[in-house]
Amino acid sequence: MTKLNQLKKGSAELLILSLTEVRARHGYEISKIIGERSGGELRFNAASLYPLLYRLEQRGWIEGRWVEKANQRRRRYYRATAAGRKILSEQRSTWSTFVAAVNQIIGADYA
Amino acid sequence: MPDWRLEIARRLAPLQLDPARESSLITELAQHLDLHYEDMLADGAAEEDAYRAILAGLEDDDVLRELRNHVNEQRARSSPSYDYQATQKTNARKAIAEFLKTETLLQDLRYGLRILRKSPGFAAIAILTIALGIGATTAIFSVVDATLLHPLPYPDPEQLVTVEDDLPGLGAQDVGLSQPEWQDLQRSGIFENVSPTLFDENNLTGSSKPAHVRLLIVAPNYFSLLGVKPQLGRAFNPTDHSPGLILEVVISDGVWKRDFGSDPHILDKSLRLDTDLYRIVGVMPPGFDAPGRSIEERNIEVWAATSFYGAPMPDHPPRNRRGLATAIARLKPGLTIATAQSRVDALVASLQKEFPADYPKQIAWTVRLVPLKQTVVGNVRQSLILLLGAVGLVLLIGCVNVANLLLARASGRQREMAIRQAIGAGPVRLARQLLTECVSLSVLGGITGLVILFCLKGLLLRIIPESLPRLNEISINWAILLFTLIASLAAGVIFGLAPAFDAGRLNLTHMLKQEGRGSTGSSQQTRTRRVLVVTEFALSLVLMVCASLLLRSFWDLLNAPLGFSPQNVMSIRTRLPYPNDPSTDKYRTASQQAHFVQELLRRTRTLPRVEEAAVGDPASIPLNLSQRDLNLITDGHFFFAIEGRDTRSDQTAAVERSRVTPEYFHLLGIPLLRGRLFNDSDNDEAPQVAVVNEAFARTYWPTENPLGKCFKSTRTGSPWITIVGVIGNARTESLAQANVPKIYLNLYQASGAKHLAIFLRGELDTGAIPEQVREQVQSIDPTLPVFGAQTLNDTVSAYLAERRFSMEMVALFALTALLLAALGIYGVISYVVSERTHEFGIRLALGAQSRSILRLVLRQGLRLAITGTAVGLLGALIVSNLMAGLLYGVRPTDPVIFGGVALLLLAVAVLASFVPAWRATKVDPMFALRDA
Repeated sequence: MTKLNQLKKGSAELLILSLTEVRARHGYEISKIIGERSGGELRFNAASLYPLLYRLEQRGWIEGRWVEKANQRRRRYYRATAAGRKILSEQRSTWSTFVAAVNQIIGADYA
Repeated sequence: MPDWRLEIARRLAPLQLDPARESSLITELAQHLDLHYEDMLADGAAEEDAYRAILAGLEDDDVLRELRNHVNEQRARSSPSYDYQATQKTNARKAIAEFLKTETLLQDLRYGLRILRKSPGFAAIAILTIALGIGATTAIFSVVDATLLHPLPYPDPEQLVTVEDDLPGLGAQDVGLSQPEWQDLQRSGIFENVSPTLFDENNLTGSSKPAHVRLLIVAPNYFSLLGVKPQLGRAFNPTDHSPGLILEVVISDGVWKRDFGSDPHILDKSLRLDTDLYRIVGVMPPGFDAPGRSIEERNIEVWAATSFYGAPMPDHPPRNRRGLATAIARLKPGLTIATAQSRVDALVASLQKEFPADYPKQIAWTVRLVPLKQTVVGNVRQSLILLLGAVGLVLLIGCVNVANLLLARASGRQREMAIRQAIGAGPVRLARQLLTECVSLSVLGGITGLVILFCLKGLLLRIIPESLPRLNEISINWAILLFTLIASLAAGVIFGLAPAFDAGRLNLTHMLKQEGRGSTGSSQQTRTRRVLVVTEFALSLVLMVCASLLLRSFWDLLNAPLGFSPQNVMSIRTRLPYPNDPSTDKYRTASQQAHFVQELLRRTRTLPRVEEAAVGDPASIPLNLSQRDLNLITDGHFFFAIEGRDTRSDQTAAVERSRVTPEYFHLLGIPLLRGRLFNDSDNDEAPQVAVVNEAFARTYWPTENPLGKCFKSTRTGSPWITIVGVIGNARTESLAQANVPKIYLNLYQASGAKHLAIFLRGELDTGAIPEQVREQVQSIDPTLPVFGAQTLNDTVSAYLAERRFSMEMVALFALTALLLAALGIYGVISYVVSERTHEFGIRLALGAQSRSILRLVLRQGLRLAITGTAVGLLGALIVSNLMAGLLYGVRPTDPVIFGGVALLLLAVAVLASFVPAWRATKVDPMFALRDA
């Protein structure tokens, strides 16, 4: 039961970790991707996103760095750390177990 | 492109972040907003709209809260110079200083009132709950204040005492003084003044209709003893010790107004009491009450004075004739009751040595000083304290309910609190803000309560049994107002503490974590609410147990086998004159009296619907509390000795006795067990006979046949009285006691019974019969008054009035408490259910039966109720033992009542939890999951 509860609370963290797992992204990019990929269902505005980033960085799960790219302004990019990736893989499997369990009950069709 | 930096910087400033980190954050956020702005323009938004939308997004202060929290955590952990204790101390000092700042207090007050105005529904419910609590508490307190707390309305009231003679050796208390004893006390130097007070109901004749008046026969020093002066004329001359009754009277303001039309020239006019003329010398001021035990003894109409010797009393009253009931006295200034008592004890010891024949060792004569106030207030003290306690509990439960309301509301206000905290309000300031709001709520409630009380005052005074002492002193005075203020403030602090405490430890992180869910309380808050409900249940249980015990006692008393039948019986009083000169007495001898009584009976039997008639003295009226023994002045207490037993042995005793005509027993349905009742041959020439009850027979002849046994009054010259019959025990003296020994003498054989009660049985027209009896009585003797008509059922219910009052009040309070507790548990369970909606949704989704959800929630409600009940049972045990004196026929720890009340409360808890529990089973799993 505790895992399920944590899942709900941790789902936002799960999203950020997975988006920064493979490549570094800046804050606006993260919020935009979440919005686009969820078809507008999930949205983070600046006010709720940055505290989350701040918290994840504080925990050492992601790392933020100021990067200067050609033809662009200096930006702060975030990337999952090793610790973050480990958490991510744990959360992923818990999540899919949870989704599968729920689907089984509510009768989603796998075929 | 707008510059966001300023806006962001302004919002971050109060956080006092590390400057490097702050500027980094500002840059990052500004960029984010830039990009967002560009995208919005690209999507075709107008510049102005995009700007405003983005600024609006910034207003979400979660960001500030979260950041601030982290910053604080970080600082506390990382700073090596951080001294936790020192910081706590400075914080505490600052907090106290802040708490006491007046201007912020006013600010809080204004803000609080504004907030209350904004939610009128909540404010109305809270204020009304408190108003009811405070109003009821104040009402009871005003009674307590008048009866128990106020000093008696005489100068230096603490110096006033009653002097009671006890004969513990005979098991008799307050038997009255004898005239020589009164003189000894008066001369002892312990008292300024001592005055016996003899209550009598007298005939006020000479006016158009003979009336009866409540007369108090006192010593001439009575008024100077009390320290009160008449409004007109003068009091008795304290040094007038002439024999017999002084032919002067002082009348009450009521008599002056009613019978003399407030005649300003009333002084020196005459007033005829019985056959004797008295001169009116004074009129007492309005509102002056005599310090008496019963309502009759307090509402005296005429005062007469005597030194208690000389006709109609003996010229040399013997020392052992204790006819002078309850004496009052004023101690010498500077003497406390304790020192006075020890000097009285010494005096008693020396008198016992001086007069060994009058004070045989075995009667163990003692004289006891009792504060006058205690005598006046009597036994209502315990009932009143119980009532005050009960109403206080209701107020407390009301407070708990309001606290619960406030907590529920506080969770809706967390956002406001967070903002206030974010812009710099410390937890102490927040707590104080809430406390200020609560106190202003409760003071408003208190004021409303007072207003309600003022409006209902007349009605409430009518509910109080009129036998309650010092009723007319009840008023809403400064003490009451002060009490209300203190009670309101205390109530505000009590119900404000929980939410304030909660606000003080508002957890920003926690709130942010729950951002998706709008307004929900912390688990801390839930815990507080649970504690409140447990408290509520415990308090209600205590009240319910008290109420049930009282109810049970009352019920048992009401249904106690009376041993006589009060149905269809009416008693009506009259009184034969008692002239100061015995030779002018028309009813001096037993046969003269018998003649009158027989004529009276013959005539009243002819009245419509009268089936039976009998006559007795007032002591023969069952359960007639107010007029115990009016013939005391002539007879004194009945001490008797038994033939064949040593009169100096411990067989001498006091006993209740009545004088009745032979029809009395049949009329009241008291059964004859052995021997015979009185008959016509028992006249004043025949030997005296007595009928006794079984308790008397059992007490004095436990193994022998009491029939034919003789006893006599210890008064010199009294004849032997033979027991001819034994009747069943009847609860005529006390409802609570079945076995009070009692003897009945034949009215036709005993002279001196001037006070008479006429008993009539039948389907009487209670409205008309008193007038019909009056006509019959006055057709025999036109100077006789007829008064005090009462059905025996009314007498019985008057006997129970005070008990009924406290029982009903406590029951009312207990029901209120139960209702409040039910509301409380309903609120908390509803709240818990709404908090766990998601969880229930998932549970249901995962296959939980709705029945198991129902059980889950009910169990939660029940757990609270069981905890509350357990705590309450402990409290109830303590309280019920304290009130043991008020109970009858039921032990203070009666398991049936304790168990029953506990079960009832649990049932109510289940019922109150059922509604929210049912709602929990109706959670839509899809909705709950999507919402997560």
